[in-house]
This record gives sequence, structure tokens and C-alpha cells, in this order.
Amino acid sequence: MDYERSDGDKARAAVLPTAVKILVAGGFGVGKTTLVGAVSETKPLRTEELLSEQGVGVDDISGVESKSTTTVAMDFGRISFGDDLVLYLFGTPGQDRFWFVWDELALGALGAVVLADTRRLADSFPSVDYFEQHGLPFVVAVNCFDGARRYSIDEVKLALNLDPEVPVMLCDARERESSKDVLITLLQHVMKGRGAGREPASVGS
Amino acid sequence: MTTSDAEPRWVDDDAGPVVRPYAMTRGRAVAKNRFNVISLVAATRVAPSAEVGIGPEHIRIVGLCQERPLAMAEVAAHLGLPLGTVRVLLDDLLARQLVRVTEPAQHTNLPDNRVFEALINGLRAL
Ligand SMILES: Nc1nc2c(ncn2[C@@H]2O[C@H](COP(=O)(O)OP(=O)(O)OP(=O)(O)O)[C@@H](O)[C@H]2O)c(=O)[nH]1
Ligand SMILES: [Mg+2]
Repeated sequence: MDYERSDGDKARAAVLPTAVKILVAGGFGVGKTTLVGAVSETKPLRTEELLSEQGVGVDDISGVESKSTTTVAMDFGRISFGDDLVLYLFGTPGQDRFWFVWDELALGALGAVVLADTRRLADSFPSVDYFEQHGLPFVVAVNCFDGARRYSIDEVKLALNLDPEVPVMLCDARERESSKDVLITLLQHVMKGRGAGREPASVGS
Repeated sequence: MTTSDAEPRWVDDDAGPVVRPYAMTRGRAVAKNRFNVISLVAATRVAPSAEVGIGPEHIRIVGLCQERPLAMAEVAAHLGLPLGTVRVLLDDLLARQLVRVTEPAQHTNLPDNRVFEALINGLRAL
């Protein structure tokens, strides 16, 4: 009993880890949950936000009927690095009309991965627009679905009208190594942006 | 606060009907806090027993965050409750000092390069 208590006290007194997050965005069915699951330490967790009266006071919610309750699901995963650092990966809700939830997820994020499917490139426009407008650094990862025509990286850059410095890469979201590479590329990109003294705008303001 | 006109909808196989959370928070839909989804929730003491104003969900949160802190989104996922409901429950727990909630560093002051290097090296080593 005493032993248990002192153990618990020790855990509670311990220094909290640093928690950071990265968003994984992109169109419907593009592989967001697959990527989160490929690198996370457990299978993706899921939580919901109810949009109803509680959301009405927030100005970004136009387009959502004020009376009915809408559920917006978010998938996320966790990767712990030792005891003092934990990375959370959040898949953004597929329905991009829920900007309220995007703002909530993006607040404090290090950066974002925009997954793209070359068969439906236009589906990535809203994500790209959102991160550009909010000054959140991002990379574009082209998920290589079987049978999809392979576009060159340059063709994708052109089609998405991307800033030349935004990294674009191919990936297979089912593969852990490939998904790790995407995250590492994003982190390096964010670091580089900091080095150049680019102050990211704070999201939601 | 309950939606008598709305059918209780099952949001997916493992979640309850969407009207239930409002009952659990006794009709309070809006939390005072706007905690980040990765705010870390840590218990400050062993889980209390039920008392007025402290329901089973409160106790479960304190129990969950006993061994190691969990992000608010993880708490919500483990309890199968929407984020908004968990926020309200956290208000209650904070008022009784049963948990500590730590907000992450904000976007405008990104963690220093050592954090990025630790993340990159950690991912490489996975
Ligand atoms: N061939 C191939 N299939 C993939 C890849 N990534 C995902 N898939 C498949 O595509 C389907 C959709 O993947 P999800 O991860 O559920 O996509 P999502 O973006 O989370 O979908 P929503 O949340 O519904 O918007 C699944 O059946 C995956 O197995 C990939 O890189 N290559
Ligand atoms: Mg998904």
C-alpha cells in the first residue's frame, strides 16, 4: 500500500514530457489514417468533436447547420521518444467544411503533411490552401496507389501551384519506412524555415 | 439541452448515441477551458471515490492519467467521449485539483532545434 502510493507519487511528480503534433491532411480516402497507423506505436485512436450549440459561437462554422448535432471524427496516433518527448499525429477530418476543427487541430502544430492522390489531385487543394493561408509549414506526399498514373514531382508541384521550397515526395502510406521519411522531410523543412527566420503565423488568429 | 427531435444516432460501432454526453455533463455543453488537443492531463492524486459532482467518468480520467500523463485527445478516445465533453469534465476535475493540465508550447514559440533533432533521430531509429 505504502509502496504503491510512493510509486504513484513519484510518477506524478515527474517532469512532463514535451508534447508536439503534426497534422496529416488530404482528401477523402487518400491514406491519412493509414499513414498515422503505419508510424504510430498503437493502432490509430479516434475521437470526436460534436458540433452543435457549442460550436455556434465560433465564427468559422458557417455552413454547419446550427441546430443539428454533427459529429466530426479525428484519427490520431502517438509516438513516444523516451520519457520526455511525445509526437502526436492527427488526421484532419475529411470534410473540409469543418474549419473549426481544423483550426483546433492546427493550433500549436509543428507542421503538416498533405497527402495527395494523383488521380484526384484537386482534392488536396483545400488542404494546401489552408496551410498556406495559416502559415503552417507543410510537405506534399503523393501516395502511390496501385494502378495510378505516376506523375512527376514537377507535374504535381505545377498542378498544386506550390511554392518552390515546399518539398514534394512520393510515398506509400502503408509502409512504415516510407511514412517515417515523410515525417522526417517535414521536420527538416520546418527546421530550415526557422533557420531562415521565417516566423510562422499563429494559427487561428 | 437534449435533442428530443433528433434520434440518438450511433456515430460508429463503438461509440454511444450522441445525446448521452450532454446528460453526463449535466447539460453543460460549453467548457470554460479551450485546452489544446495535445494538452497533457496528469493526475495529482489517486482516483477519488464517487461523491457529489464526481461521476464515474471523472474517476476514470483520474485513473487513466495516474501512471503517465495523457493528451486530452487520448483521454477522450479512451473514454469514447467527444472532446467537448472531456473539456467539461476537466473543468470539474481542475476545480477540485484532481488533475493538472499542461498546455503545449504554442506555435509562435516553436520548440528549439534540439526537439527537432530528437524527433528526427527518434523517427530514424524506429
Ligand atoms: N495502394 C495503396 N493503397 C493505400 C495507400 N494508402 C492507403 N491505401 C488504402 O486506401 C484506403 C483508404 O485509406 P485511409 O487511410 O483510410 O484513408 P483516409 O485518408 O484516412 O480516409 P478518410 O479518413 O475516409 O478520408 C485504404 O483501403 C488503404 O489501405 C497506399 O499508399 N497505396
Ligand atoms: Mg481516415
